[in-house]
Amino acid sequence: MATDTEPKAAVRAPAPARGPRAGTGNTPGVFGTLSHLALLVWAILIIGPILWTFLASFKTNTEIFGDPITLPASFGWDAWGWAWEKARIGRYMLNTVFVVACSTAGTMLLGSMAAYVLARYSFPGNRAIYLLFVSGMTFPVFLALVPLFLVVRNLGLIDTHLGVILVYIAYSLPFTVFFLTAFFRTLPTSVAEAAMMDGCSHTRTFFQVMMPMAKPGLISITIFNVLGQWNQYLLPLVLLTGNVEDRWLITQGIANISVSAGHEANWPGLFAALSMAIVPVMIVYIVFQRQIQSGLTSGAVK
Amino acid sequence: MRHGRYPFVVGFLAAPVLLYVVFVISPYLQAFYIALTDWKGLSATPRFVGLENFTRLLDNEAFWAAVRHHGVLLLAMPPATIVIALLFAFLLNVGGGQRGGRMTGIWGSKVYRVIFFMPQVLAVAVVGALFQAIYRPDETGVVNGLLAKAGIEPVGWLIDPDLALWSIIGVMVWQGVGFYVVLFSAGMSSIPKDVFEAAALDGAGRFTLFFRITLPLLWDTLQVAWVYLGIAAFDGFALVQVLSVNLGGPDNATTVLPLEIWRTAFGPFRFGYASAMGVALFFMTITFAALTLRVTRRERIEF
Repeated sequence: MATDTEPKAAVRAPAPARGPRAGTGNTPGVFGTLSHLALLVWAILIIGPILWTFLASFKTNTEIFGDPITLPASFGWDAWGWAWEKARIGRYMLNTVFVVACSTAGTMLLGSMAAYVLARYSFPGNRAIYLLFVSGMTFPVFLALVPLFLVVRNLGLIDTHLGVILVYIAYSLPFTVFFLTAFFRTLPTSVAEAAMMDGCSHTRTFFQVMMPMAKPGLISITIFNVLGQWNQYLLPLVLLTGNVEDRWLITQGIANISVSAGHEANWPGLFAALSMAIVPVMIVYIVFQRQIQSGLTSGAVK
Repeated sequence: MRHGRYPFVVGFLAAPVLLYVVFVISPYLQAFYIALTDWKGLSATPRFVGLENFTRLLDNEAFWAAVRHHGVLLLAMPPATIVIALLFAFLLNVGGGQRGGRMTGIWGSKVYRVIFFMPQVLAVAVVGALFQAIYRPDETGVVNGLLAKAGIEPVGWLIDPDLALWSIIGVMVWQGVGFYVVLFSAGMSSIPKDVFEAAALDGAGRFTLFFRITLPLLWDTLQVAWVYLGIAAFDGFALVQVLSVNLGGPDNATTVLPLEIWRTAFGPFRFGYASAMGVALFFMTITFAALTLRVTRRERIEF
């Protein structure tokens, strides 16, 4: 193929040809060095704090309060055990896994159903419903905060995981519908029509023909929702108001330890807890970084 | 084809629309009414008070401190993020100059892109807790520990009222740059390569390439970035809540409207008053977005 994509062209670049380049007016050496220096400094600024957190979880209090850039004397998992058991990060993490699994599944099912119908069927009110969904992306959540709390309380769902799950789904729908509507529109109509000719119902066509075809789009937006809901802080803070520590989610737990670590004087424990929150996300990110980057930015470009 | 069409459409839309209307649309609409009541506490019945909440906001010091901070955020955070991200995106995409007649990115650009984006996937609460340790006011903090090596006295990053907000802005930029590097890279890759190549052949240096070609052709993406970052400047809740001393302190030096809304609503349960702040925040955000789109409107360049 003649069209060489951007990243590929970039990867090919570790070229031996560091010689003079035609047309560039600057001295390449100085510019190149400065560019690399700037990029390297920023990379260290990013990696540094994350790596430091991880290392600090193996240090002792005295080591943490000493020189900030030394390695721990020994690698023991005590702090991790403390964070998992005593600070109940394990509990919060399981809660979060449960909530995020349910709400992402719900978001994807309801979101793709709505997007599919909005993208491929014309009926009165189609445009209005689409705009209703998409408009949700532009409002500040804080405007809805108080009434949302009241709505959930009136339904008897305050301080329950079900309440959080339903709210997560509802607030994830705007972007999901927006993204997937655009995606379903790009799929060819002929396959769906052929399936219908063969006697497939609308519902069956959707689940057995269209959903598999839409897989790349579905994967991108699923990861996007998993990360977004995993990292959500405000909604659990409002919907699981505090007397139900058993049901807290991980970001609540982390914020809480961050405040109490000072009193308990267990700094390694705090960093172990932070590492526990960071590691799963980092693994998901490294594995899916291409989809995540394209998913996150696709809402903004065109 | 048409058989069973409407039942299908209705069946597929019913659940998502219902959920969305109950949990998203109806709260937004209710907020405007609640803002006009004196609703306090969980059991008391609301009484309609008209614009009283809004007139009381005018005398609320914390409210004005928050509004001022949004102003500072708006002037500092988006420009800093955009300038840094733009520079990096340019280096990563065409910084390598021309090789074999093609514009290339700088060596290792793919790895840089993966690293820069990392903070974006971390929870804001986690980032807040992390930077609390980094910014600790004595030598136990990472930054102050490093400064101490250079013989510099510890700085009260989060406890000095003149510095606290800037420390928080620093974290926002730290977290945000990666996203915009990727966003601008996507924008740059949709500019045809031959435009760069032709210009480079004509003797344009990197600076000319950047200011004469990249920047004008990237205008749409920049506009999107500006709106996104501007809207982010009206948030900052989690970072301020986790990082600041005494929720928005010291002495309201870092407070933001979302934090005030949350504190007013779920501390003393003053729902009416908190919703009035929500409405104020809503109008600020909308005004900002509308103004930006109006001021930055220019002719689209087709390519």
